[in-house]
Amino acid sequence: MTKYYTREHEWIAPANNESTWRVGITDYAQDQLGDVVTVELPDVGSEHGAGDACSVVESVKSASDIYAPVAGKIVAINERLDAEPELVNQSPEEDGWLFEIQTDGSPDLTGFIDDQQYSALIAE
Amino acid sequence: MGSSRPTFQEESFARRHIGPQGQDLQDMLDVVGAADCEEFLAQVVPDEIRTDKVSAFPAISEHRLTTEPLSEVEALDVLRNFASMNSSHKAMLGLGYYNCHMPGPVQRHILENPSWYTAYTPYQAEISQGRLEMLLNFQTMVTSLCGLPMANASLLDEATAAAEAMILLLRACKDKAKNRFLVDADLHPQILAVLRTRAKPLDIELVICAQKEDFIKEGAFGALLGMPGSSGLVQDHSELIAQLASDNVKTALCTDLLALCLLKSPGEMGASVAIGSSQRFGLPLGAGGPHAAFFTCESQCTRFLPGRIVGISRDTNDRLALRLALQTREQHIRRAKATSNICTAQVLPAILAAAFAVYHGPKGLVGIAKRVHNQACKIAQAAQAADIDLVHSSFFDTLRLRTPNAEQIKSDLAAKGIDVLAQDGMISLSCDETTTDHDIGLIIEALGASPSSAVSSSLPDQLLRKDQILPQPVFSRHVSEHAFMRYLQMLASRDIALNRSMIPLGSCTMKLNATTQMAALSWPEFGNVHPFSERSSQAGIIAIADDLGDMLTSITGFDAITMQPNAGSQGEYCGLLAICGYHQANGETERNICLVPESAHGTNPASAVMAGLQVVTVAIDANGEIDMDDLRAKVQQYSKHLAALMVTYPSTCGIYSPQIIEICDLIHSNGGQIYMDGANLNALVGIAEPGKFGPDIMHINLHKTFCIPHGGGGPGMGPVVCREHLKPHLPGHFTKIESDRTDGAISSTPLGSALLLIISWAYMRMMGAQGLRKASTIAVLSANYMAKLLAAHYDLAYTDSNGNCAHEFILDARAYKKTAGIGVEDIAKRLIDMGFHAPTISFPVVGALMIEPTESEPKEEIDRFCEALIAIRKEIAQIEEGHLDQTNNPLINAPHVAADLLAEDYQAPYSREQAAYPLPWIRNNKYWPPVSRIDQVFGDRNLRCTLEPDEELS
Repeated sequence: MTKYYTREHEWIAPANNESTWRVGITDYAQDQLGDVVTVELPDVGSEHGAGDACSVVESVKSASDIYAPVAGKIVAINERLDAEPELVNQSPEEDGWLFEIQTDGSPDLTGFIDDQQYSALIAE
Repeated sequence: MGSSRPTFQEESFARRHIGPQGQDLQDMLDVVGAADCEEFLAQVVPDEIRTDKVSAFPAISEHRLTTEPLSEVEALDVLRNFASMNSSHKAMLGLGYYNCHMPGPVQRHILENPSWYTAYTPYQAEISQGRLEMLLNFQTMVTSLCGLPMANASLLDEATAAAEAMILLLRACKDKAKNRFLVDADLHPQILAVLRTRAKPLDIELVICAQKEDFIKEGAFGALLGMPGSSGLVQDHSELIAQLASDNVKTALCTDLLALCLLKSPGEMGASVAIGSSQRFGLPLGAGGPHAAFFTCESQCTRFLPGRIVGISRDTNDRLALRLALQTREQHIRRAKATSNICTAQVLPAILAAAFAVYHGPKGLVGIAKRVHNQACKIAQAAQAADIDLVHSSFFDTLRLRTPNAEQIKSDLAAKGIDVLAQDGMISLSCDETTTDHDIGLIIEALGASPSSAVSSSLPDQLLRKDQILPQPVFSRHVSEHAFMRYLQMLASRDIALNRSMIPLGSCTMKLNATTQMAALSWPEFGNVHPFSERSSQAGIIAIADDLGDMLTSITGFDAITMQPNAGSQGEYCGLLAICGYHQANGETERNICLVPESAHGTNPASAVMAGLQVVTVAIDANGEIDMDDLRAKVQQYSKHLAALMVTYPSTCGIYSPQIIEICDLIHSNGGQIYMDGANLNALVGIAEPGKFGPDIMHINLHKTFCIPHGGGGPGMGPVVCREHLKPHLPGHFTKIESDRTDGAISSTPLGSALLLIISWAYMRMMGAQGLRKASTIAVLSANYMAKLLAAHYDLAYTDSNGNCAHEFILDARAYKKTAGIGVEDIAKRLIDMGFHAPTISFPVVGALMIEPTESEPKEEIDRFCEALIAIRKEIAQIEEGHLDQTNNPLINAPHVAADLLAEDYQAPYSREQAAYPLPWIRNNKYWPPVSRIDQVFGDRNLRCTLEPDEELS
């Protein structure tokens, strides 16, 4: 399964069906944010353009906008985060996923980077 | 003997206000390398802005004073004169302002006690547990009376709280296309006025609804109803609220805490939000304030709440501990995306109101409410018996009586010392806690009626409250005055305020709040002035406002002033609206870009958004100054749309820069206006005139530069001064106290929190213009002196090209994270062990400390504080050198609680002595923190902002 990264420290990976993508923040991002206390997720059914701020991850002292990496409609959100925001810290790239977005056709993946390129980016 | 003047007349107040004197002053000058104060000023303040002479303030003509500064005794004499110019009538005008009695112990142990009024906003929660507990009581009281679960710890006034309710409902509404707000016509006029001002820049359409049919749900995101209404009408809004809710329109109620002691709560009526003023819980009318507005809402809306929320968390040893919760909603973190621009709120008034509830308890409050209602019933029934038409038969304390003799009755009552309203052939009057049977007798007589023998309540049974109010033990435990006094003393002893040690908070100017400046706050001649009484009834307070206004414009070099904004954030909003109004009047409606430096106070971008402007951030260069290349590029990019630049001067990094002249020219030549944030004005008073070196408009934080105490997070005042061309765009008010303009109100009252003006007036008149110049000079000198002492131990983040700072400076502590695992928080908490409040941390530089000593700190105190910081640096060095453990050391574990140090199993790898007494003088006056480091994460993940019904803290 292919997983891509963005320069905004988000990851995007194909979900069950091919036009649906699961989105979250990277381990590096959660470490920078510190203990997450709240995640504001988009409404299921809402539509977002690529790069739109559609979610907010908050620690005690900062709030980070999460951008829709691709244009599409929100088809699922991680409802566990409501009661367990710490999942974003404990398992940012698995149990701490944020939302699933369905694209209209195959999305434009230019500008995304792979895990090696991402590792190089955060090592800078 | 011989002289009739008292001997202490000879002593100038400046000697009491300014800390460093005599040899101390000389020693400080030696350290910074200047022979005298004038030479020092010439070294640090750029020639381009410096004025070398300050002209004396003109004499106050009515009092035939000289232009010399007043002594403390003279100032009180003049204030007594002003006091006597106010009317001594009992104002029964209502409209959100009701007379009440501040309990004696509340006045003596809180209002007049520096432990409470000189404290700062409780960001450093470990040294603020006392005031945080009283604020928790405030939130608990508000939620209990309103029947809603979440509350904040106060807003600025009732009208802005109503505006914040509008914004909250807008944010909470999922359908972003909706822009109509349904507003009950029966709200106080000042609320409607502020709603109009606040709605306009955000393109919200206000629909004023006089009857139920007017509440049309299409396109509406929310509604605001009065309960009781401004007319006094009390009704059950449940049905209307349910109807609106069926179409996802949430409702806010504007309500009255005393009425709610008897009436069905907003929560029970189905409201999502309730707001109002807590003034009548013991606070004087004071010609408009300060008073604490309250704001409470349903759980789903918590994240949209404006202002500060006190939350319950725990410390490292699992003790219950209080702290400010969910701060990511607020402007200092969220900036342009904050829920509101509010920063300074009304903490001291909120504490006073909560103490009123603790003092009276639920039974006492219900008793007061019943008495007030009963007095109103006596008048109503007598009037009806005399065939005078009662407009609303269901009321709590306010009556409207239709009579052809309204004007006559009004003047008859005025002759007897009672003020009521007369308009449209109606008398309107409000009973309150102070209304006596004698007053009732006079009113009934003036109506030409006779007292009725039996009095019964006008309130229908279904409107009465069935649940118990304030079940929490704190509201019933402190009945005897001993118990109450000791409760207040216990809370006060947990906190660090200016009566314990200096509070060197950068950008906050924690200077002396002198006793003489505060004295008149408790005088009934000022306290009993209703803000909407006739001009002649408030002549004394208006004269003070006028004289203060003249002094403020004169010393800042501006042409006009408004006292309306009751906080700095409000001043910013007011100033930006004036700028927008000016552009619109010039037909330049396309100007909507507001440039804000990235180092600006968070209120700047938040205020700009409220004013309908689009925020564009300007970069800061390596010296902490505005990046000129970036500014030029953005000015060029947005030239035609440029509305304003918001700039703080000296910069938020504490630097005077001559570049300000070039910046102002650049903006002006591109059609923009300069808004100056006056937060750092204490570096300029009598030294430079912002009105002459470029800025067009500026707010003045009277609670910083001009001595209003911080009160633990308010009250404040943010009057706005401007140049002539912006004067027509200053806010108006229906009372026409300041100008003939009646629209554009931004606050409930025309002079903001008018009572506070007395404090700044006394300060300025007792210092005189020359004394104020001296004060600012010493403030800057003290900062430079400290910077020189500390530069040997810490890195200074910024200095000007000569190595100087203005009135504050920034110590960079970022490196220690890598070298010792120590963050700026650890330094802040270790200062607590030494009895100090930390400087400002992580603003404007994350991981740094910003220090502002002010002119009021004696050299000895400044030296003590420097010694503490140097001792901390040595501890960091011990960690760096491996003598102290990186993960278990006195900094990481700070602050240290006595119980933990005395524990039998004390196991830290450093001694108890090092933990508690790192410096010898600490033994003489040890402050013991009540809690250890507080768990911020736990508190935000498990939000709780009220006491459970059976829960007790102390």
